[in-house]
Amino acid sequence: MDLIIILHAGVASGTVLLFATLGELFAERSGVINLGVEGMMLIGAMSAYSVALYTGNPWLGVVIAMLAAGLISQIHAFIAITLQADQVVSGLAITFLATGISLVLGEGLSKAGAVSLLPNLSIPLLSQIPLLGAIFFTKQSVLVYIGFLLIPLAWYYIYYTRPGMHLRAVGEYPAAADALGINVFRLRYFYVFLGGILAGLSGATISLAISPGWFSELTTSGQGWIAIGLVIFAQWDPLRAAFGAYAFGALRRLIFDIQGPTTLLGLANPFYYNPYWGFILQMMPYAFTIIVLVIGSREALRKRLGAPAAIGVPYIRGERGL
Amino acid sequence: MSEMDTPNNSTSSEEIPPSEPIIRSFPYRLRIEPRMEEPARWYPFLLFLGALVLALVIGGFLLVLAGGDPLRSYAHIARASFGNIGVISDTIVKATPIIFTGLACSIAFRMHLWNIGAEGQFIMGAFGAGAVVLIPLLPEGTPVWIFIPVMAVAGIVAGAFWGFIPGFLKARLKVNEIITTLMMNYIAIAWINFFIFAVWSEGGFQMTTKFPDNAWLPRLLDYANRIPVFRGLTTHLGFLIGVLAAFVLWYIIFRSRWGYEIRLIGDNPRAAQYAGINIQRNTILVMMVSGALAGLGGMSEVAGVVHRLQTSPIAAGYGFTGIIVAWLAKLNPFGVVLVSILFGALILAGREIQPSGLPKMIQGIILVCLIASDFFIRYRIRFVRLGEEI
Repeated sequence: MDLIIILHAGVASGTVLLFATLGELFAERSGVINLGVEGMMLIGAMSAYSVALYTGNPWLGVVIAMLAAGLISQIHAFIAITLQADQVVSGLAITFLATGISLVLGEGLSKAGAVSLLPNLSIPLLSQIPLLGAIFFTKQSVLVYIGFLLIPLAWYYIYYTRPGMHLRAVGEYPAAADALGINVFRLRYFYVFLGGILAGLSGATISLAISPGWFSELTTSGQGWIAIGLVIFAQWDPLRAAFGAYAFGALRRLIFDIQGPTTLLGLANPFYYNPYWGFILQMMPYAFTIIVLVIGSREALRKRLGAPAAIGVPYIRGERGL
Repeated sequence: MSEMDTPNNSTSSEEIPPSEPIIRSFPYRLRIEPRMEEPARWYPFLLFLGALVLALVIGGFLLVLAGGDPLRSYAHIARASFGNIGVISDTIVKATPIIFTGLACSIAFRMHLWNIGAEGQFIMGAFGAGAVVLIPLLPEGTPVWIFIPVMAVAGIVAGAFWGFIPGFLKARLKVNEIITTLMMNYIAIAWINFFIFAVWSEGGFQMTTKFPDNAWLPRLLDYANRIPVFRGLTTHLGFLIGVLAAFVLWYIIFRSRWGYEIRLIGDNPRAAQYAGINIQRNTILVMMVSGALAGLGGMSEVAGVVHRLQTSPIAAGYGFTGIIVAWLAKLNPFGVVLVSILFGALILAGREIQPSGLPKMIQGIILVCLIASDFFIRYRIRFVRLGEEI
């Protein structure tokens, strides 16, 4: 069991969480919780895989996946923003709906055979850096590098650009933003759409790059929900979100790989000789999510940090809001 | 969905409350205005039916896209679930676990506690009940009337414990209960798998041994030699327990002081706090009651239907269906029983339907349509002649 191999694979599987987490982060920053991430990821994974299968072009698959998930997210946007319904229930409904749709349309896809996947590449100079080069820049999927680029972009956008400031204003104090001439409704629709697009990208990352294929609901196996947990842990900060995503990716790989070798640190590997301990290992990512949430919540309580003030609250013009 | 989409979405959404002409070049225009008076009693019911019909139409449309025949599928669902007394009994068997998870969700949602973990609590209830038989906690010849209550208590305790953890984290540390309850679902599945595969596996198979007869809930067919009509009917006592639980829950929510507190916290937490209601304590309690109901459902399912521990029939998504059912029933316990029977039919008939994800998709569409239709309880749409002002 080589640590570098695990971290290398961890960065790859962390990319899945990264896209979904950043997408949800944008939506929540604008004041809309979208609990449909898991469903949108499934839609993304399913449509990416089937488009790549039928056209032979994985890139087209990625684009369609993003659009399909973005489309689904707009149902949530319509219900939550225009119809002002409860966002929690609406998000859950989106998960059911999207899961159902992807199961229906993905019927038979799991036996469909191999598709052309997205290419893996090494970055010429950066891959020469000792240790880091081997983990981050050698033979990773293109999408992993897109993920690397997205982190600083999201961070800079949210904190240092004008639209980013509008985004935060809409999530913190929509009435004031409205008074300043910012179109609260349009921005919220847009960021829910962005969240959907990124969730679709995250799904495509699974089915076309990280663990290729369509395994119905097991394709995502709850990663959409972990992403929502990570947003809370990250306290709506993209850098912390990225850290959380990669840490969880590495953890997933560790759990997966630890059962392989016969010896562990020179001792007999208990996980190899007791394969049923695998079930205990399977609990780990989910247990860690809860632990991470507890840590995040304690910290938020202590520092009086918190969610965007208007999160989950529909904005109704002319009504005294927050 | 699509019909509502067009009018107010096209002229971007910011102009809802003030009147705004939407369909031009047409002598009438559409006005959306807040509803001032309470709508008539029949109105929400009609809206519910409308949303249901719309959902079936959209579902049928998607089915056509996927290459199916919606009319045949729907007719098949109706026949296969209500066609004769045998399948009606099967429908009730399928509805029973959903009644429990639906009730579990409805009491938690009533307080705006988003317990998405009925699935895990259900599984842990099944585990608790199974543990009584498999450890074994009771000697072999224990009579049914001792065995069943002990299993029920074990299921309730296990489910309540699974609800307590997120409840405690929510009350004390303000940890988001949606995520924790959901994560607890995955942990519960791994937990019960560990016992089914490793500890109590029957000869390496992915199931435990069959429970002895005295750990079975009585079924209608047990009385077939006295009442011949019951021959072959597998409806079990769990259904009756579920209906009873609905009565008790209705009484608690609408007739007891505690229920009043729960409803007040749900509607207006600040007012509840000023009224001196202990929100933290109620959060933990309601999560435990919610978990207990789901856990009892898990017990009813293993003792009434599965008769052993086995992953796929236990972790079959009843907890998630319970969420939809609770919402469709507007969190009313009796509504939960009725809607559960409808969903039991959908699940029963859906097993033979291709593609297999269809019931899930229709459930999702129904829920989406229903949530969207709530808009028409708060607002109404009127056609106003152009030039005419009110």
